Amino acid sequence: MDIRKVKKLIELIEQSDVEEIEINEGEESVRISRRSNQAPMAPQYFAAPPAPTAAAPAPETASTTPESAPPVGHSVRSPMVGTFYRSASPGAPAFIEVGKNVTVGDTICIVEAMKMMNQIEADKSGVIEAILVEDGEPVEFDQPLVIIA
Amino acid sequence: MLDKVVIANRGEIALRIMRACKELGIRTVAVHSQVDAELMHARLADETVCIGPNASKDSYLNIPSIISAAEVTDATAIHPGYGFLAENADFAERVEQSGFTFVGPTPEVIHLMGDKVSAIAAMKKAGVPTVPGSDGPLDDDDARTLKIAKRIGYPIIIKAAAGGGGRGMRVVHTEAALLKSKHITQTEAKGAFGDDTVYLEKFLENPRHVEVQVLADGQGNAIHLGDRDCSMQRRHQKVVEEAPAPGVDEEARQAVFASCVKACLDIGYRGAGTFEFLYEDGHYYFIEMNTRLQVEHPVSEFITGIDIVKQQLLIAGGSPLTIKQSDIYFRGHSVECRINAEDAKTFLPSPGKIDLFHAPGGPGMRVDSHIYSGYTIPPYYDSLIGKLISYGEDRATAIARMRNALDEIVIEGIRTNISLQKDIMADTNFQKGGFNIHYLEKKLGR
Repeated sequence: MDIRKVKKLIELIEQSDVEEIEINEGEESVRISRRSNQAPMAPQYFAAPPAPTAAAPAPETASTTPESAPPVGHSVRSPMVGTFYRSASPGAPAFIEVGKNVTVGDTICIVEAMKMMNQIEADKSGVIEAILVEDGEPVEFDQPLVIIA
Repeated sequence: MLDKVVIANRGEIALRIMRACKELGIRTVAVHSQVDAELMHARLADETVCIGPNASKDSYLNIPSIISAAEVTDATAIHPGYGFLAENADFAERVEQSGFTFVGPTPEVIHLMGDKVSAIAAMKKAGVPTVPGSDGPLDDDDARTLKIAKRIGYPIIIKAAAGGGGRGMRVVHTEAALLKSKHITQTEAKGAFGDDTVYLEKFLENPRHVEVQVLADGQGNAIHLGDRDCSMQRRHQKVVEEAPAPGVDEEARQAVFASCVKACLDIGYRGAGTFEFLYEDGHYYFIEMNTRLQVEHPVSEFITGIDIVKQQLLIAGGSPLTIKQSDIYFRGHSVECRINAEDAKTFLPSPGKIDLFHAPGGPGMRVDSHIYSGYTIPPYYDSLIGKLISYGEDRATAIARMRNALDEIVIEGIRTNISLQKDIMADTNFQKGGFNIHYLEKKLGR
Protein backbone atom coordinates (compact mmCIF):
# COMPACT_ATOMS: atom_id res chain seq x y z
CA MET A 1 0.00 0.00 0.00
CA ASP A 2 1.29 3.38 -1.01
CA ILE A 3 2.72 5.14 2.06
CA ARG A 4 1.53 8.49 0.80
CA LYS A 5 -2.04 7.24 0.69
CA VAL A 6 -1.69 6.25 4.33
CA LYS A 7 -0.29 9.66 5.21
CA LYS A 8 -3.24 11.33 3.50
CA LEU A 9 -5.63 9.16 5.51
CA ILE A 10 -3.86 10.22 8.68
CA GLU A 11 -4.24 13.86 7.70
CA LEU A 12 -7.94 13.26 7.08
CA ILE A 13 -8.41 11.84 10.57
CA GLU A 14 -6.50 14.73 12.08
CA GLN A 15 -8.72 17.26 10.37
CA SER A 16 -12.02 15.66 11.26
CA ASP A 17 -13.87 14.18 14.23
CA VAL A 18 -13.56 10.68 12.87
CA GLU A 19 -12.27 8.23 15.48
CA GLU A 20 -11.18 5.39 13.29
CA ILE A 21 -10.80 4.48 9.63
CA GLU A 22 -10.23 1.03 8.21
CA ILE A 23 -9.57 0.54 4.50
CA ASN A 24 -9.26 -2.74 2.65
CA GLU A 25 -7.61 -2.82 -0.75
CA GLY A 26 -7.47 -6.34 -2.09
CA GLU A 27 -5.28 -8.22 0.33
CA GLU A 28 -3.91 -5.16 2.04
CA SER A 29 -5.65 -3.25 4.78
CA VAL A 30 -4.94 -0.37 7.08
CA ARG A 31 -6.64 0.72 10.26
CA ILE A 32 -5.94 4.14 11.67
CA SER A 33 -7.39 5.17 15.01
CA ARG A 34 -7.28 8.30 17.06
CA ARG A 35 -6.27 7.66 20.66
CA SER A 36 -8.35 10.08 22.72
CA ASN A 37 -5.82 10.52 25.52
CA GLN A 38 -3.02 11.08 23.05
CA ALA A 39 -0.46 13.72 23.97
CA PRO A 40 0.19 16.34 21.23
CA MET A 41 1.53 14.57 18.16
CA ALA A 42 4.59 16.73 17.74
CA PRO A 43 7.17 14.77 19.73
CA GLN A 44 5.83 11.42 18.57
CA TYR A 45 8.38 10.56 15.91
CA PHE A 46 10.66 7.62 15.52
CA ALA A 47 11.77 8.12 19.09
CA ALA A 48 12.57 4.44 19.58
CA PRO A 49 15.09 2.17 17.94
CA PRO A 50 16.55 2.79 14.51
CA ALA A 51 15.27 1.95 11.04
CA PRO A 52 14.72 -1.84 10.96
CA THR A 53 11.81 -2.02 13.38
CA ALA A 54 10.29 1.31 12.44
CA ALA A 55 10.29 0.57 8.73
CA ALA A 56 8.12 -2.54 8.37
CA PRO A 57 5.27 -2.19 10.86
CA ALA A 58 4.93 1.61 10.64
CA PRO A 59 2.85 1.68 7.43
CA GLU A 60 0.30 -0.68 8.92
CA THR A 61 -0.08 0.80 12.39
CA ALA A 62 0.48 4.43 11.42
CA SER A 63 1.33 5.30 15.02
CA THR A 64 3.77 7.90 13.77
CA THR A 65 2.49 10.93 11.91
CA PRO A 66 5.48 12.53 10.25
CA GLU A 67 3.71 14.84 7.85
CA SER A 68 0.61 15.94 9.65
CA ALA A 69 2.27 17.14 12.89
CA PRO A 70 3.83 20.59 12.80
CA PRO A 71 7.62 20.25 12.80
CA VAL A 72 9.38 21.53 15.89
CA GLY A 73 12.86 22.79 15.06
CA HIS A 74 14.45 23.23 11.67
CA SER A 75 13.21 21.09 8.79
CA VAL A 76 15.70 19.91 6.23
CA ARG A 77 13.65 19.64 3.05
CA SER A 78 14.24 17.61 -0.07
CA PRO A 79 15.63 19.69 -2.95
CA MET A 80 14.34 17.22 -5.51
CA VAL A 81 12.05 14.35 -6.36
CA GLY A 82 13.57 10.97 -5.62
CA THR A 83 13.99 8.07 -3.23
CA PHE A 84 15.17 8.66 0.34
CA TYR A 85 17.91 6.51 1.83
CA ARG A 86 19.30 6.52 5.36
CA SER A 87 22.70 5.12 4.41
CA ALA A 88 25.21 5.16 1.56
CA SER A 89 24.39 1.63 0.50
CA PRO A 90 22.15 -1.25 1.62
CA GLY A 91 23.52 -2.71 4.85
CA ALA A 92 25.83 0.23 5.55
CA PRO A 93 25.26 2.14 8.77
CA ALA A 94 22.80 5.03 8.63
CA PHE A 95 24.30 8.52 8.36
CA ILE A 96 22.35 9.77 11.35
CA GLU A 97 20.12 8.60 14.17
CA VAL A 98 17.79 10.59 16.36
CA GLY A 99 19.81 12.26 19.06
CA LYS A 100 23.00 12.57 17.01
CA ASN A 101 24.85 15.88 16.91
CA VAL A 102 25.44 17.24 13.43
CA THR A 103 27.31 20.26 12.09
CA VAL A 104 26.53 22.24 8.98
CA GLY A 105 27.74 20.29 5.96
CA ASP A 106 27.44 16.80 7.46
CA THR A 107 25.73 14.33 5.18
CA ILE A 108 22.46 13.31 6.78
CA CYS A 109 20.82 11.26 4.06
CA ILE A 110 20.70 10.49 0.37
CA VAL A 111 18.00 11.29 -2.18
CA GLU A 112 18.44 9.17 -5.25
CA ALA A 113 17.13 10.39 -8.57
CA MET A 114 17.68 8.82 -11.96
CA LYS A 115 20.35 6.46 -10.70
CA MET A 116 22.35 9.29 -9.13
CA MET A 117 22.86 9.42 -5.37
CA ASN A 118 22.61 12.99 -4.11
CA GLN A 119 23.99 13.59 -0.63
CA ILE A 120 21.77 15.88 1.43
CA GLU A 121 23.71 17.93 3.93
CA ALA A 122 22.66 19.48 7.21
CA ASP A 123 22.13 23.19 6.70
CA LYS A 124 22.07 23.82 10.43
CA SER A 125 24.10 22.48 13.32
CA GLY A 126 22.28 20.80 16.17
CA VAL A 127 20.76 17.58 17.36
CA ILE A 128 18.69 15.32 15.13
CA GLU A 129 15.25 15.47 16.62
CA ALA A 130 13.32 13.42 14.10
CA ILE A 131 13.64 11.49 10.87
CA LEU A 132 10.39 11.91 8.98
CA VAL A 133 10.83 9.56 6.05
CA GLU A 134 11.52 5.85 5.93
CA ASP A 135 14.42 4.21 4.16
CA GLY A 136 13.51 3.63 0.51
CA GLU A 137 10.45 5.86 0.49
CA PRO A 138 9.77 8.27 -2.39
CA VAL A 139 9.96 11.98 -1.62
CA GLU A 140 8.78 15.01 -3.51
CA PHE A 141 10.25 18.48 -3.91
CA ASP A 142 10.35 20.44 -0.64
CA GLN A 143 9.14 17.52 1.47
CA PRO A 144 10.50 17.71 5.06
CA LEU A 145 13.03 14.92 5.63
CA VAL A 146 14.74 15.50 8.97
CA ILE A 147 14.23 17.83 11.92
CA ILE A 148 17.27 19.39 13.55
CA ALA A 149 16.71 21.01 16.93
CA MET B 1 -2.58 -0.45 -22.82
CA LEU B 2 -0.43 1.87 -20.77
CA ASP B 3 -0.56 1.17 -17.04
CA LYS B 4 0.27 4.50 -15.42
CA VAL B 5 0.87 7.91 -17.03
CA VAL B 6 2.66 10.96 -15.65
CA ILE B 7 0.88 14.08 -16.87
CA ALA B 8 3.77 16.50 -17.37
CA ASN B 9 1.68 19.64 -17.72
CA ARG B 10 -0.82 21.81 -15.93
CA GLY B 11 -4.11 23.63 -16.25
CA GLU B 12 -6.82 22.72 -18.72
CA ILE B 13 -4.78 20.32 -20.81
CA ALA B 14 -3.64 18.32 -17.79
CA LEU B 15 -7.30 17.87 -16.90
CA ARG B 16 -8.08 16.85 -20.49
CA ILE B 17 -5.34 14.21 -20.44
CA MET B 18 -6.44 12.95 -17.04
CA ARG B 19 -10.00 12.49 -18.26
CA ALA B 20 -8.82 10.41 -21.23
CA CYS B 21 -6.58 8.29 -18.99
CA LYS B 22 -9.43 7.60 -16.59
CA GLU B 23 -11.72 6.54 -19.45
CA LEU B 24 -9.12 4.01 -20.56
CA GLY B 25 -8.48 2.75 -17.03
CA ILE B 26 -4.96 4.20 -16.99
CA ARG B 27 -3.73 5.34 -13.60
CA THR B 28 -2.65 8.95 -13.37
CA VAL B 29 0.21 10.84 -11.71
CA ALA B 30 -0.14 14.61 -11.53
CA VAL B 31 3.24 16.30 -11.28
CA HIS B 32 2.96 19.91 -10.26
CA SER B 33 4.82 22.96 -9.01
CA GLN B 34 4.32 24.05 -5.41
CA VAL B 35 1.59 26.59 -6.14
CA ASP B 36 -0.23 24.14 -8.44
CA ALA B 37 -1.07 21.59 -5.73
CA GLU B 38 -4.68 22.81 -5.92
CA LEU B 39 -5.10 22.35 -9.67
CA MET B 40 -8.29 20.47 -10.47
CA HIS B 41 -6.56 17.55 -12.15
CA ALA B 42 -4.14 17.21 -9.22
CA ARG B 43 -7.06 16.93 -6.84
CA LEU B 44 -8.56 14.19 -9.00
CA ALA B 45 -5.44 12.25 -9.97
CA ASP B 46 -4.53 8.92 -8.38
CA GLU B 47 -1.15 10.22 -7.22
CA THR B 48 0.55 13.59 -7.07
CA VAL B 49 4.21 14.58 -6.88
CA CYS B 50 5.47 18.10 -6.26
CA ILE B 51 8.33 18.50 -8.73
CA GLY B 52 9.65 21.94 -7.90
CA PRO B 53 9.08 25.57 -7.02
CA ASN B 54 6.72 27.76 -8.99
CA ALA B 55 8.98 28.94 -11.81
CA SER B 56 8.43 26.85 -14.94
CA LYS B 57 12.14 26.32 -15.48
CA ASP B 58 12.37 24.62 -12.09
CA SER B 59 9.22 22.56 -12.41
CA TYR B 60 7.41 21.95 -15.72
CA LEU B 61 10.63 22.39 -17.68
CA ASN B 62 12.72 20.46 -15.15
CA ILE B 63 13.52 17.27 -17.04
CA PRO B 64 15.32 15.36 -14.25
CA SER B 65 12.56 16.18 -11.81
CA ILE B 66 9.81 14.93 -14.09
CA ILE B 67 11.64 11.72 -14.97
CA SER B 68 12.43 11.18 -11.31
CA ALA B 69 8.75 11.54 -10.48
CA ALA B 70 7.99 8.85 -13.07
CA GLU B 71 10.55 6.61 -11.41
CA VAL B 72 9.33 6.96 -7.85
CA THR B 73 5.73 6.35 -8.88
CA ASP B 74 6.61 3.40 -11.12
CA ALA B 75 4.87 5.03 -14.06
CA THR B 76 4.86 3.57 -17.58
CA ALA B 77 4.60 6.67 -19.73
CA ILE B 78 4.80 10.45 -19.74
CA HIS B 79 2.31 12.66 -21.60
CA PRO B 80 3.82 16.11 -22.25
CA GLY B 81 0.61 17.94 -23.24
CA TYR B 82 1.35 21.09 -25.28
CA GLY B 83 3.98 23.80 -24.71
CA PHE B 84 6.62 23.18 -22.01
CA LEU B 85 8.58 20.07 -23.07
CA ALA B 86 6.07 18.71 -25.61
CA GLU B 87 8.31 19.41 -28.62
CA ASN B 88 11.66 19.00 -26.86
CA ALA B 89 13.46 16.17 -28.63
CA ASP B 90 16.02 15.96 -25.84
CA PHE B 91 13.26 15.40 -23.28
CA ALA B 92 11.65 12.71 -25.45
CA GLU B 93 15.00 10.97 -25.79
CA ARG B 94 15.75 11.06 -22.08
CA VAL B 95 12.29 9.79 -21.25
CA GLU B 96 12.81 6.81 -23.52
CA GLN B 97 16.34 6.17 -22.30
CA SER B 98 15.02 6.09 -18.74
CA GLY B 99 12.68 3.30 -19.73
CA PHE B 100 9.41 5.19 -20.11
CA THR B 101 7.13 5.68 -23.09
CA PHE B 102 6.93 9.22 -24.43
CA VAL B 103 3.39 9.91 -25.62
CA GLY B 104 4.25 11.45 -28.95
CA PRO B 105 6.57 10.86 -31.91
CA THR B 106 10.13 9.58 -31.74
CA PRO B 107 12.89 12.01 -30.73
CA GLU B 108 14.29 11.85 -34.28
CA VAL B 109 11.00 12.98 -35.83
CA ILE B 110 10.53 15.72 -33.23
CA HIS B 111 14.02 16.92 -34.08
CA LEU B 112 13.38 16.68 -37.84
CA MET B 113 10.20 18.75 -37.70
CA GLY B 114 11.52 21.13 -35.05
CA ASP B 115 14.17 22.40 -37.41
CA LYS B 116 12.10 24.43 -39.87
CA VAL B 117 14.61 24.06 -42.69
CA SER B 118 14.75 20.26 -42.50
CA ALA B 119 10.98 20.10 -42.00
CA ILE B 120 10.35 22.03 -45.21
CA ALA B 121 12.79 19.82 -47.11
CA ALA B 122 11.05 16.68 -45.80
CA MET B 123 7.63 18.05 -46.76
CA LYS B 124 8.76 18.96 -50.26
CA LYS B 125 10.01 15.41 -50.70
CA ALA B 126 6.64 14.10 -49.61
CA GLY B 127 4.81 16.30 -52.08
CA VAL B 128 3.37 18.75 -49.54
CA PRO B 129 3.10 22.23 -51.12
CA THR B 130 5.50 24.73 -49.54
CA VAL B 131 6.00 28.49 -49.70
CA PRO B 132 8.41 29.57 -52.45
CA GLY B 133 11.64 30.13 -50.56
CA SER B 134 15.36 29.68 -50.22
CA ASP B 135 14.88 25.89 -49.91
CA GLY B 136 17.66 25.72 -47.35
CA PRO B 137 19.56 27.89 -44.93
CA LEU B 138 21.24 31.14 -45.89
CA ASP B 139 24.99 31.45 -45.59
CA ASP B 140 27.41 34.37 -45.34
CA ASP B 141 27.52 34.87 -49.10
CA ASP B 142 25.59 38.13 -49.41
CA ALA B 143 25.44 37.98 -53.20
CA ARG B 144 23.80 34.56 -53.00
CA THR B 145 21.28 35.81 -50.46
CA LEU B 146 20.33 38.75 -52.66
CA LYS B 147 20.01 36.48 -55.69
CA ILE B 148 17.68 34.06 -53.86
CA ALA B 149 15.53 36.94 -52.64
CA LYS B 150 15.27 38.33 -56.16
CA ARG B 151 14.15 34.94 -57.45
CA ILE B 152 11.45 34.65 -54.79
CA GLY B 153 10.25 38.22 -55.21
CA TYR B 154 9.54 40.87 -52.55
CA PRO B 155 8.07 41.12 -49.99
CA ILE B 156 10.17 38.47 -48.27
CA ILE B 157 10.10 37.08 -44.74
CA ILE B 158 13.31 36.03 -42.97
CA LYS B 159 12.71 33.14 -40.56
CA ALA B 160 14.85 31.47 -37.90
CA ALA B 161 15.23 27.72 -38.48
CA ALA B 162 15.02 27.11 -34.74
CA GLY B 163 12.06 29.40 -34.27
CA GLY B 164 8.39 28.83 -34.89
CA GLY B 165 5.00 29.88 -33.60
CA GLY B 166 5.52 33.42 -34.82
CA ARG B 167 8.88 33.97 -33.18
CA GLY B 168 12.18 34.80 -34.89
CA MET B 169 10.73 36.41 -38.05
CA ARG B 170 11.16 39.66 -39.93
CA VAL B 171 9.50 40.99 -43.08
CA VAL B 172 11.55 42.79 -45.73
CA HIS B 173 9.90 44.88 -48.46
CA THR B 174 12.88 46.14 -50.42
CA GLU B 175 16.24 44.76 -51.50
CA ALA B 176 17.98 47.65 -49.76
CA ALA B 177 16.81 46.43 -46.36
CA LEU B 178 17.48 42.72 -46.86
CA LEU B 179 21.02 42.18 -45.60
CA LYS B 180 20.68 44.36 -42.51
CA SER B 181 17.42 42.61 -41.60
CA LYS B 182 19.08 39.25 -42.09
CA HIS B 183 21.82 40.13 -39.61
CA ILE B 184 19.39 41.47 -37.02
CA THR B 185 17.23 38.37 -37.29
CA GLN B 186 20.28 36.15 -36.92
CA THR B 187 21.41 37.96 -33.78
CA GLU B 188 17.93 37.68 -32.28
CA ALA B 189 17.69 34.01 -33.18
CA LYS B 190 21.05 33.26 -31.60
CA GLY B 191 19.88 34.89 -28.40
CA ALA B 192 16.41 33.35 -28.31
CA PHE B 193 17.02 29.84 -29.67
CA GLY B 194 20.80 29.40 -29.51
CA ASP B 195 20.94 28.97 -33.30
CA ASP B 196 21.33 31.73 -35.85
CA THR B 197 20.41 29.70 -38.93
CA VAL B 198 17.88 31.59 -41.06
CA TYR B 199 16.01 30.97 -44.31
CA LEU B 200 13.80 33.02 -46.64
CA GLU B 201 10.20 32.63 -47.74
CA LYS B 202 7.86 34.62 -49.91
CA PHE B 203 5.77 36.80 -47.60
CA LEU B 204 2.07 36.26 -48.22
CA GLU B 205 0.20 39.50 -47.65
CA ASN B 206 -3.26 38.28 -46.69
CA PRO B 207 -3.20 34.59 -46.01
CA ARG B 208 -5.48 32.52 -43.84
CA HIS B 209 -4.08 30.07 -41.30
CA VAL B 210 -5.44 26.62 -42.11
CA GLU B 211 -4.08 23.51 -40.44
CA VAL B 212 -4.58 19.77 -40.86
CA GLN B 213 -4.92 17.30 -37.96
CA VAL B 214 -3.37 13.87 -38.39
CA LEU B 215 -3.13 10.62 -36.43
CA ALA B 216 -0.48 8.00 -37.17
CA ASP B 217 0.44 4.83 -35.32
CA GLY B 218 4.08 4.50 -36.39
CA GLN B 219 3.14 1.08 -37.76
CA GLY B 220 2.28 2.08 -41.31
CA ASN B 221 -1.15 3.62 -40.74
CA ALA B 222 -2.02 7.31 -40.88
CA ILE B 223 -5.25 9.27 -41.29
CA HIS B 224 -6.30 12.89 -41.28
CA LEU B 225 -9.12 14.38 -39.23
CA GLY B 226 -9.78 17.34 -41.48
CA ASP B 227 -8.70 20.92 -41.20
CA ARG B 228 -9.12 23.90 -38.91
CA ASP B 229 -9.11 27.63 -39.59
CA CYS B 230 -7.18 29.57 -36.94
CA SER B 231 -6.91 32.94 -38.69
CA MET B 232 -8.38 34.96 -35.81
CA GLN B 233 -5.07 35.81 -34.12
CA ARG B 234 -3.43 38.56 -32.19
CA ARG B 235 0.37 38.75 -32.10
CA HIS B 236 0.60 35.21 -33.43
CA GLN B 237 -1.62 33.91 -30.60
CA LYS B 238 -4.80 32.19 -31.72
CA VAL B 239 -7.99 33.61 -30.23
CA VAL B 240 -10.75 31.72 -32.09
CA GLU B 241 -10.49 28.47 -34.04
CA GLU B 242 -13.01 26.52 -36.10
CA ALA B 243 -13.43 23.32 -38.02
CA PRO B 244 -13.77 22.74 -40.90
CA ALA B 245 -12.10 25.72 -42.61
CA PRO B 246 -14.94 27.52 -44.40
CA GLY B 247 -14.84 28.27 -48.13
CA VAL B 248 -11.54 26.69 -49.19
CA ASP B 249 -10.90 25.20 -52.62
CA GLU B 250 -12.11 21.66 -52.28
CA GLU B 251 -9.73 20.11 -54.81
CA ALA B 252 -6.69 21.78 -53.27
CA ARG B 253 -7.93 20.74 -49.84
CA GLN B 254 -8.25 17.06 -50.71
CA ALA B 255 -4.83 17.10 -52.34
CA VAL B 256 -3.30 18.63 -49.21
CA PHE B 257 -5.00 16.06 -46.99
CA ALA B 258 -3.53 13.26 -49.06
CA SER B 259 -0.06 14.80 -49.02
CA CYS B 260 -0.14 15.20 -45.23
CA VAL B 261 -1.06 11.54 -44.75
CA LYS B 262 1.73 10.54 -47.14
CA ALA B 263 4.18 12.78 -45.29
CA CYS B 264 3.30 11.07 -41.99
CA LEU B 265 4.10 7.69 -43.50
CA ASP B 266 7.28 8.95 -45.19
CA ILE B 267 8.78 10.38 -42.01
CA GLY B 268 7.52 7.57 -39.77
CA TYR B 269 5.27 9.82 -37.72
CA ARG B 270 3.67 8.44 -34.57
CA GLY B 271 0.85 9.99 -32.56
CA ALA B 272 -1.20 13.14 -33.08
CA GLY B 273 0.21 15.99 -35.13
CA THR B 274 -0.79 19.12 -37.03
CA PHE B 275 0.47 20.43 -40.38
CA GLU B 276 0.17 24.23 -40.48
CA PHE B 277 -0.43 26.05 -43.76
CA LEU B 278 -0.94 29.53 -45.06
CA TYR B 279 -3.85 29.54 -47.50
CA GLU B 280 -4.19 32.21 -50.15
CA ASP B 281 -6.01 32.32 -53.49
CA GLY B 282 -6.88 28.65 -53.51
CA HIS B 283 -3.34 27.53 -52.67
CA TYR B 284 -1.97 25.89 -49.53
CA TYR B 285 1.59 26.64 -48.40
CA PHE B 286 3.20 24.52 -45.66
CA ILE B 287 4.90 26.57 -42.93
CA GLU B 288 5.50 24.19 -40.02
CA MET B 289 4.41 21.01 -38.28
CA ASN B 290 3.48 20.75 -34.62
CA THR B 291 4.47 17.32 -33.36
CA ARG B 292 2.10 17.39 -30.42
CA LEU B 293 -1.49 17.81 -29.27
CA GLN B 294 -2.80 21.33 -29.93
CA VAL B 295 -4.93 23.64 -27.84
CA GLU B 296 -7.70 23.67 -30.48
CA HIS B 297 -7.96 19.90 -30.90
CA PRO B 298 -11.58 19.84 -29.57
CA VAL B 299 -13.05 21.40 -32.72
CA SER B 300 -11.72 18.49 -34.78
CA GLU B 301 -13.06 16.06 -32.16
CA PHE B 302 -16.53 17.56 -32.50
CA ILE B 303 -16.78 17.30 -36.29
CA THR B 304 -15.34 13.77 -36.48
CA GLY B 305 -16.43 12.19 -33.21
CA ILE B 306 -12.85 11.00 -32.58
CA ASP B 307 -11.23 11.45 -29.15
CA ILE B 308 -7.74 12.58 -30.12
CA VAL B 309 -6.19 12.28 -26.66
CA LYS B 310 -7.50 8.74 -26.21
CA GLN B 311 -6.02 7.90 -29.60
CA GLN B 312 -2.66 9.33 -28.48
CA LEU B 313 -2.70 7.06 -25.43
CA LEU B 314 -3.75 3.99 -27.41
CA ILE B 315 -1.04 4.61 -30.00
CA ALA B 316 1.56 5.13 -27.27
CA GLY B 317 0.47 1.83 -25.76
CA GLY B 318 1.46 0.11 -29.00
CA SER B 319 -1.96 -0.38 -30.56
CA PRO B 320 -2.21 0.07 -34.32
CA LEU B 321 -4.79 2.59 -35.50
CA THR B 322 -8.17 0.92 -35.50
CA ILE B 323 -9.73 3.79 -37.46
CA LYS B 324 -9.46 3.88 -41.23
CA GLN B 325 -9.85 7.03 -43.34
CA SER B 326 -13.07 5.58 -44.72
CA ASP B 327 -14.44 5.48 -41.13
CA ILE B 328 -14.12 9.26 -40.78
CA TYR B 329 -17.19 11.37 -41.59
CA PHE B 330 -17.17 15.12 -41.26
CA ARG B 331 -20.41 16.45 -39.82
CA GLY B 332 -21.41 19.91 -38.80
CA HIS B 333 -19.25 22.78 -37.66
CA SER B 334 -17.38 23.60 -34.47
CA VAL B 335 -16.03 26.87 -33.05
CA GLU B 336 -13.64 27.34 -30.12
CA CYS B 337 -13.18 30.53 -28.11
CA ARG B 338 -10.13 30.69 -25.86
CA ILE B 339 -10.83 32.17 -22.45
CA ASN B 340 -7.81 34.04 -21.07
CA ALA B 341 -7.27 35.63 -17.68
CA GLU B 342 -6.48 39.03 -19.17
CA ASP B 343 -8.04 42.43 -19.61
CA ALA B 344 -10.20 42.33 -22.74
CA LYS B 345 -8.93 45.72 -23.94
CA THR B 346 -5.36 46.07 -22.71
CA PHE B 347 -4.53 42.34 -22.73
CA LEU B 348 -2.67 42.73 -19.46
CA PRO B 349 -2.72 39.46 -17.52
CA SER B 350 -5.18 39.21 -14.64
CA PRO B 351 -4.21 36.45 -12.22
CA GLY B 352 -5.98 36.13 -8.87
CA LYS B 353 -8.83 34.41 -7.11
CA ILE B 354 -11.94 33.39 -8.99
CA ASP B 355 -14.77 34.20 -6.60
CA LEU B 356 -17.45 32.69 -8.77
CA PHE B 357 -17.35 30.46 -11.80
CA HIS B 358 -20.51 29.37 -13.57
CA ALA B 359 -20.14 27.23 -16.68
CA PRO B 360 -22.47 27.45 -19.67
CA GLY B 361 -24.19 24.35 -21.01
CA GLY B 362 -26.85 23.03 -23.31
CA PRO B 363 -26.68 21.09 -26.57
CA GLY B 364 -23.47 21.48 -28.51
CA MET B 365 -21.53 23.22 -25.74
CA ARG B 366 -18.32 21.81 -24.30
CA VAL B 367 -16.29 23.54 -21.58
CA ASP B 368 -12.62 22.51 -21.24
CA SER B 369 -11.40 24.31 -18.15
CA HIS B 370 -9.67 23.57 -14.88
CA ILE B 371 -11.03 26.57 -13.02
CA TYR B 372 -13.57 26.40 -10.19
CA SER B 373 -15.08 28.84 -7.72
CA GLY B 374 -12.42 29.70 -5.18
CA TYR B 375 -9.48 28.70 -7.38
CA THR B 376 -6.62 31.17 -7.50
CA ILE B 377 -4.90 31.64 -10.87
CA PRO B 378 -1.17 31.89 -10.24
CA PRO B 379 0.86 34.56 -12.04
CA TYR B 380 3.68 32.23 -13.13
CA TYR B 381 2.18 30.62 -16.22
CA ASP B 382 0.26 31.56 -19.33
CA SER B 383 -3.16 33.17 -19.20
CA LEU B 384 -5.25 30.45 -20.86
CA ILE B 385 -7.81 29.38 -18.27
CA GLY B 386 -10.32 27.57 -20.42
CA LYS B 387 -11.89 26.93 -23.79
CA LEU B 388 -15.50 27.10 -24.85
CA ILE B 389 -16.20 24.82 -27.78
CA SER B 390 -19.51 24.83 -29.61
CA TYR B 391 -20.91 22.42 -32.16
CA GLY B 392 -23.81 22.82 -34.55
CA GLU B 393 -25.18 21.19 -37.69
CA ASP B 394 -23.84 24.22 -39.58
CA ARG B 395 -21.54 27.17 -38.96
CA ALA B 396 -24.35 29.59 -38.11
CA THR B 397 -25.68 27.27 -35.41
CA ALA B 398 -22.21 26.74 -33.93
CA ILE B 399 -21.77 30.51 -33.73
CA ALA B 400 -25.24 31.02 -32.23
CA ARG B 401 -24.55 28.43 -29.53
CA MET B 402 -21.20 30.06 -28.75
CA ARG B 403 -22.91 33.44 -28.38
CA ASN B 404 -25.38 31.89 -25.93
CA ALA B 405 -22.53 30.36 -23.96
CA LEU B 406 -20.64 33.66 -23.79
CA ASP B 407 -23.81 35.25 -22.37
CA GLU B 408 -24.24 32.47 -19.81
CA ILE B 409 -20.67 32.07 -18.55
CA VAL B 410 -19.78 33.85 -15.30
CA ILE B 411 -16.22 34.37 -14.11
CA GLU B 412 -15.96 36.82 -11.22
CA GLY B 413 -12.88 38.01 -9.39
CA ILE B 414 -10.54 38.31 -12.35
CA ARG B 415 -10.65 40.00 -15.73
CA THR B 416 -11.15 37.86 -18.82
CA ASN B 417 -11.37 38.28 -22.58
CA ILE B 418 -15.03 37.22 -22.64
CA SER B 419 -16.20 40.62 -23.90
CA LEU B 420 -13.65 40.45 -26.73
CA GLN B 421 -14.94 37.03 -27.70
CA LYS B 422 -18.53 38.34 -27.73
CA ASP B 423 -17.35 41.15 -29.96
CA ILE B 424 -15.72 38.72 -32.39
CA MET B 425 -18.77 36.42 -32.51
CA ALA B 426 -20.94 39.43 -33.36
CA ASP B 427 -18.54 40.70 -36.02
CA THR B 428 -20.04 40.55 -39.53
CA ASN B 429 -16.77 39.60 -41.18
CA PHE B 430 -16.28 36.77 -38.75
CA GLN B 431 -19.81 35.61 -39.45
CA LYS B 432 -19.13 35.70 -43.19
CA GLY B 433 -16.00 33.64 -42.74
CA GLY B 434 -12.81 33.68 -44.80
CA PHE B 435 -11.04 36.51 -42.91
CA ASN B 436 -7.23 36.49 -42.93
CA ILE B 437 -4.61 36.40 -40.16
CA HIS B 438 -4.34 40.20 -39.99
CA TYR B 439 -8.06 40.77 -39.50
CA LEU B 440 -8.24 40.82 -35.70
CA GLU B 441 -5.29 43.15 -35.25
CA LYS B 442 -6.75 45.52 -37.84
CA LYS B 443 -10.12 45.40 -36.10
CA LEU B 444 -8.54 46.15 -32.73
CA GLY B 445 -6.38 48.86 -34.18
CA ARG B 446 -3.19 47.17 -32.95
